[in-house]
Amino acid sequence: MEITSEKYSVQYDETMQTVFCRGALRLAGMEDYAPIVQLLDQVLEDHPAILKLNLQELEFLNSSGINVLSKFVLKVRDKEDIKLIVNGSTTIPWQERSLKNLQRLMPSLELTWD
Amino acid sequence: MVQILGDFSEHLPVSKEYLTIVFSPSSAPLQQRWHNNGLSADFMADYFAAFFPRSQDTVSKINSKVEVKSAVSFIANELLENAMKFNDSTTEYPISITLQLHTDSLVFLATNSLKAQTVDHFQSFIQEIMTADPGDLLIRQLEKNAEEDSPDSSGLGLLTMMSDYLAKIGWKFETVQEDPEIITVTTMVYLMM
Repeated sequence: MEITSEKYSVQYDETMQTVFCRGALRLAGMEDYAPIVQLLDQVLEDHPAILKLNLQELEFLNSSGINVLSKFVLKVRDKEDIKLIVNGSTTIPWQERSLKNLQRLMPSLELTWD
Repeated sequence: MVQILGDFSEHLPVSKEYLTIVFSPSSAPLQQRWHNNGLSADFMADYFAAFFPRSQDTVSKINSKVEVKSAVSFIANELLENAMKFNDSTTEYPISITLQLHTDSLVFLATNSLKAQTVDHFQSFIQEIMTADPGDLLIRQLEKNAEEDSPDSSGLGLLTMMSDYLAKIGWKFETVQEDPEIITVTTMVYLMM
């Protein structure tokens, strides 16, 4: 499963059980994010025991995007039997500032840095 | 009417380095110009990164080129997204964003017109975010958005600036024209360096 545009891509690699978000996500509000939300919902239907969210190439995320990722994390939290690992990059400053919020939403979430 | 809320300073020292971008709301529909927010924010970020790093003795994280670029790009983009979203498109009043470089801070000023009936709602939201811990409020808001399936991001941009970037924010509401009435809001964001 993959959504790509000139500026960003969101891809689910089933064999790696990993969602990759890349580029700059700054879509205009929740309506424009709907296809991405749909892809993330499908990932949850796949119900992997361990799920990775790889953000190491996600250079930019606007507040609507923060909303989308946070909602996804809360949905995973509600499943209870999925272990979520978020991979961030220390070379992208916003991630060091903001990814801790995902962990506050879901304390069992494992946050790893490259 | 002039109303000041939050950390808004009307007596900023004069800045010799600043950049202002002005948008005429009527020249293109919002959707068509949405990507301009990103372009403008990134331009401001690249432009001001040239002045960094500043002195070596600063304690703030926001002193390297890469940190400044990232912070300016996020904050300017959120301010422009809000300005475009809440602008009263029935007026011809321009939307503008200014970024000033001061000795110890970066100051953003974003102005847009606002529908009179949305002012009260906006001001009560501001009162709420000024009285609570921004980090806790951000987490509460994210939880609330997930439950309510809210169509917009409900102040997440402002809360993220305050919580994750330790920004101080203030607002000035002004009636700039009486008949027909035009109300503007200027959002001021201070980022300490």
